[in-house]
Amino acid sequence: MTTAILKQPTEPTEPTAARKPNRSFVHGLITNKKALVGMIVMLVFIALALLAPVLFPGDPSRITAMASLEPDAEHWLGTTAKGQDVLALTVHGSRSSLFVGLTVGFASTFIGILVGLASAYFGKFIDEALSLVTNVFLLLPGLPLLVILAAFLPPGLGTVILVLVVTGWAGSARVLRSQAQSIRSKDFVAAAVVSGERAGRIMFREILPNMASIVMGTLLACVIYGIGAQAGLEFLGLGDVSTVSWGNNLFWAGNEGALLTGSWWVFVPSGVCIALVAFALALINYAVDEVTNPRLRKIKTPKITERGAAK
Amino acid sequence: MRFILRRLGFYLIAFWASITLNFLLPRFMPGDPVSRMFARSQDRMQPEQIEALRKLLGVDDRPLWEQYIGYLHNVFTGQMGVSISRFPTPVTEVISSQIGWTLLLGGTSLVIAAVVGNLLGILAAWRRGGAIDSALPPVLVFIGSFPYFWLAMGALYLFGVVLGWFPIRHAFTDGLEPGFTWEFIGDVGAHLVLPALTIVLVSIGGWMLGMRNTMIATNSEDYITMAEAKGLRPGRIMLRYAARNAMLPSVTSFGMGLGFVVGGALLTEVVFAYPGVGYQLLNAVQGLDYPLMQGLFLTITAAVLLANFLVDILYVRLDPRVRSN
Repeated sequence: MTTAILKQPTEPTEPTAARKPNRSFVHGLITNKKALVGMIVMLVFIALALLAPVLFPGDPSRITAMASLEPDAEHWLGTTAKGQDVLALTVHGSRSSLFVGLTVGFASTFIGILVGLASAYFGKFIDEALSLVTNVFLLLPGLPLLVILAAFLPPGLGTVILVLVVTGWAGSARVLRSQAQSIRSKDFVAAAVVSGERAGRIMFREILPNMASIVMGTLLACVIYGIGAQAGLEFLGLGDVSTVSWGNNLFWAGNEGALLTGSWWVFVPSGVCIALVAFALALINYAVDEVTNPRLRKIKTPKITERGAAK
Repeated sequence: MRFILRRLGFYLIAFWASITLNFLLPRFMPGDPVSRMFARSQDRMQPEQIEALRKLLGVDDRPLWEQYIGYLHNVFTGQMGVSISRFPTPVTEVISSQIGWTLLLGGTSLVIAAVVGNLLGILAAWRRGGAIDSALPPVLVFIGSFPYFWLAMGALYLFGVVLGWFPIRHAFTDGLEPGFTWEFIGDVGAHLVLPALTIVLVSIGGWMLGMRNTMIATNSEDYITMAEAKGLRPGRIMLRYAARNAMLPSVTSFGMGLGFVVGGALLTEVVFAYPGVGYQLLNAVQGLDYPLMQGLFLTITAAVLLANFLVDILYVRLDPRVRSN
């Protein structure tokens, strides 16, 4: 995940013109406190997800102890009303949640890039049509749409991912389209058109590299959306109830009345994990914004000169 | 005027898309929803009602286009069938008895979050690096990272179960006669606090940061410098010059935010067993009540579209550039 983020902006750019600003971009990210905290948190969670079978071998949802035990030395986070170890459930839950979040994030961003670039490059009728579809999907209230789609489709992980992509792509398409449009109107794109470059090349080699930071921001936002929406869907019992994930842990916690019996240790860990991951991704996102948008950077110079520099 | 008509056309298309989606979903999904529902409630359903249901969900032998026209006709005449889980109440009746609670919860929390969030954003941008600007955004972003329903669970546990300050379920105490009495209104208010609080907490960060970032851009405009040079009072520059021009994106996101609030309200309602459309939607899903599910989805969509249209009209009032186009 982290390597993908760091590589992405450097990968597609032309080597001669763009190398210098990119190095400072990576440098800016590494020295940015927000980005650093965010990346460390993400690395910890990815490590936990990868190591889950080693740390807690066997099926995490098997019953190992008495029901509703408070946290103690043997079960660090206590047990559920069924007698499952909460820590094992939480650590194993990260696998499904991160997997779905990343898949949904990449898929929605990819669709967003295609739609946004096509809209901006071709313009006219294609832009009108694509914008219409995008705006319709943006306006339809997301969660009710999720619920109704999930209710009619056969339950399973594939359905969850599909449904989340269907409801999630439009936001990224809209952001990427407006950015692509402003780049489309730049002179170097006009020059590329005049020199007879193919449409695909202009879109992916000329326009796309210049919006790398926005693409990355969109990707992070989509991953956050994916993780949160999956949890919401599963909390409603509309996911695949047999898998272990943070959303399902919370679904079972609610179902088994953890709130009313006072078993806070059953529902706190999964929620905190979702929040930590979302927060870490948001931090990286803000850092990207700060590094690439001079206006949002910390003020070091007096106001007047900053304004002069921005222009 | 042309702008308004264009937008109206767009919302009609969006509504048509959601109706069509509703029409197509049960028809192209594997399995037969009617048989599934029938298995659950066979003792109570009359044969002619099953027949009507088959027509609604498309399990009949007519050609698709004929079904589609019949479906459109039904939707626009308000015939959404009969609820299965609350048999034999018509879907429209179930919905109308519950939509008020959602409007109350969603409306209250949306307005509070938008007003307070925007004010905080204005203050943060005005005093760059000040106390509000440096302390609040990280805290709010962190709170905003929690899933709606999880914060709702936490609030319910902490303030409802442990401290016992607020009621934890439903919109008013059982047995209390609904009416415009102080007792009833107070009771409804007390039941509203926790659900509304969670929605406000989660959504306020987005408002604040959005406003802050637009306003930072506005602050570096020439007319702000001009206003400063004229010696206007800072409060006046902040509100009338900077904030006013930074408001437009916030107005747009008010319409957009509505969809999120509906979603958030849905989950919050589930946690608090708040008797709004969201809670009903979940019940419908669990009870395989497809007609009610479809009716709820269309109602929610229509409400969101309508609210967006109202925001557009407001936008025309606020932004003269839209009018001149």
